[in-house]
Amino acid sequence: MKNKTIKVDYLARVEGEGALYLKIKDQKVSDVKLKIFEPPRYFEAFLRGRQFDEAHDITSRICGICPIAYQMSAIHAMENAFGVKIDGQIRALRRLLYCGEWIESHVLHIYLLHAPDFLGFDDAFQMAKDHGAAVERGLTLKKAGNDIVEFLGGREVHPVNVRVGGFYKTPSKKEFSALKEKLEKARDAAIETVRWTSEFSYPDFEMDYEFVALRHADEYPFNEGRIVSSRGLDIGVEDFESHFEETHVEHSNALHSYLKTGGNYFVGPMARYNLNFDKLSPLTREVALEVGLSPVCRNPFKSIIIRSLEVLYACDEAIRIIDEYEKPKVDAVEIEPRSGVGFGCTEAPRGLLYHRYEIDEKGFILDSKIVPPTSQNQNTIEEDLRHFVEPRLTLPDEKLQWQCEQTIRNYDPCISCATHFLKLEIERE
Amino acid sequence: MNQKPKIKLAVWKFASCDGCQLSLLNCEEELLTVAENIHIAYFPEATRSVTEGPYDLSLVEGSITTPHDAERIKEVRQISKNLITIGACATAGGIQALRNFQDVKDFTQIVYAQPEYIETLEKSTTIADHVQVDFELRGCPINKYQLLEVINAFLNERKPNVSPHSVCLECKLRGNICVMVAHGTPCLGPVTQAGCGAICPAYNRGCYGCFGPSESTNTKSMSNWLANLGVPQEEIKRMYRTFNADADEFKNAGGESDEK
Repeated sequence: MKNKTIKVDYLARVEGEGALYLKIKDQKVSDVKLKIFEPPRYFEAFLRGRQFDEAHDITSRICGICPIAYQMSAIHAMENAFGVKIDGQIRALRRLLYCGEWIESHVLHIYLLHAPDFLGFDDAFQMAKDHGAAVERGLTLKKAGNDIVEFLGGREVHPVNVRVGGFYKTPSKKEFSALKEKLEKARDAAIETVRWTSEFSYPDFEMDYEFVALRHADEYPFNEGRIVSSRGLDIGVEDFESHFEETHVEHSNALHSYLKTGGNYFVGPMARYNLNFDKLSPLTREVALEVGLSPVCRNPFKSIIIRSLEVLYACDEAIRIIDEYEKPKVDAVEIEPRSGVGFGCTEAPRGLLYHRYEIDEKGFILDSKIVPPTSQNQNTIEEDLRHFVEPRLTLPDEKLQWQCEQTIRNYDPCISCATHFLKLEIERE
Repeated sequence: MNQKPKIKLAVWKFASCDGCQLSLLNCEEELLTVAENIHIAYFPEATRSVTEGPYDLSLVEGSITTPHDAERIKEVRQISKNLITIGACATAGGIQALRNFQDVKDFTQIVYAQPEYIETLEKSTTIADHVQVDFELRGCPINKYQLLEVINAFLNERKPNVSPHSVCLECKLRGNICVMVAHGTPCLGPVTQAGCGAICPAYNRGCYGCFGPSESTNTKSMSNWLANLGVPQEEIKRMYRTFNADADEFKNAGGESDEK
């Protein structure tokens, strides 16, 4: 059997609609396509003519799993356009909100979407029959993340409290006490999660990736920083489009991103971890070393351990922010729209999320561009599949297919995000 | 006691953000109980195992935006004894229905690098525009407790307890001060269906209508009140045209109709 085709018509346990097509000829992979058939939704098109303060609520609808990321990239881009810099407790609350999203989104992926691959179950419901305590722990931990988002934002999905300049309403210090108690328990559960995932068995697979993430002088990155890479890239957010390029390929309703100088690159938890290990909290670094994870990891299957470490970091950071919180004097600073271009780049759970908006003097959006993490990882996922599959061609088809799915799930791809846009770059050509 | 066979549940996705089906997985405290009592037969976001239809209950998220999806929803209907739509995309076309107010043909010419790669319909339409729907659950996103109520009602063969009244009533129940009366903040609460728990006013913000129009709503009066607060006509129209833009009561509200 020299030639064969592996098809997964509908990828499961990923967010959105995608498929995989692999063609093997003479014991070589001759074609790999991660197909995204999620229908395009044209966000950049209908953002035109909307007011600057509508963009974050509208773009949050690109993804129900990481709405905070869209809200944060959008408001930072707007504030950048208007020359506003937010500091102090409002800035801290935004970090706290992002902690909630990382916990909720990462734990969803760790326990409900990814761990079943390692333990040989079709889903977490089956897994719960043999690993009930672990699944319960995961659900409780996930809830702690959602509790942060609901407390600060009003609800878990598409929260309502964020605005350009700050929040509609900031909480008082004493309102935080119940949440803090939950987060202290969650932090313990997060440590358990790191230990649990570190005992899974991992395929021997490493690639020489170019990792790309934000890096900030004082903190592990959420909302701010320079865009850096493991091969020396170091640019401001406003230079993103000078260094990264997107192409529209036929098999996918999402654009593929490249580094103009180097081709494929890798965004997400593993990129952040490798480029910012020194900025993790002491507890997180200690637990990482305890489970034998070095400060640089190139095995994408181990992303589940790194996601667990980021959950631990997010719990730790959330508690720190709550401890240091004092209610700010104003909930939001006044915003005066002016014409200009604004750039925002934040670290969504799945990696770098870039927004750019051009605004007119009355605050209306003239043009926008959004580059979500999954479109940036698409080429890397395809490369992984190519290299992962070739030495394993003798595996039975069912097993090989499952391992291919797992290779894709390493990236926690959010296909709803990756397709939303499919368009606008176009006009600028 | 009679052991009834478990009902077979399927969860389907069309054009959407995944947030409404995620609401099921966000029922952290109830999820394992739901999974014990229901056979999750098709739910690709959560499981790779697939049990063939027919299904007793299908939850449908998303709107119809491609020729392929317009066919697929018919197949889903055929293999579903009951079909419930979840969320603003499925019940009102979603945010992507903003295309319905523009000339998509011209727009597509300008916008796509490779338009020939893309297959899309001119309009984003609701599930009920294509097939018969047994119940519509509103919201962008839906409220997870309402989702549990709908599933529970289905299991117990009763009508879901989901009120069609406006957000105003929920504000009163929550003890919110009326942001419109007290602060002059534009608020769509009077014309918006309840279900969210009146969260925006609770956070000092006007309702932005993400649950769509409430029953027998009066958008004309609403628009007058907004105009009296000094909201420009164009902005009033924009307020209605967000996540439920294609809902009948909202699409023509706030000005002359300029739909296609």
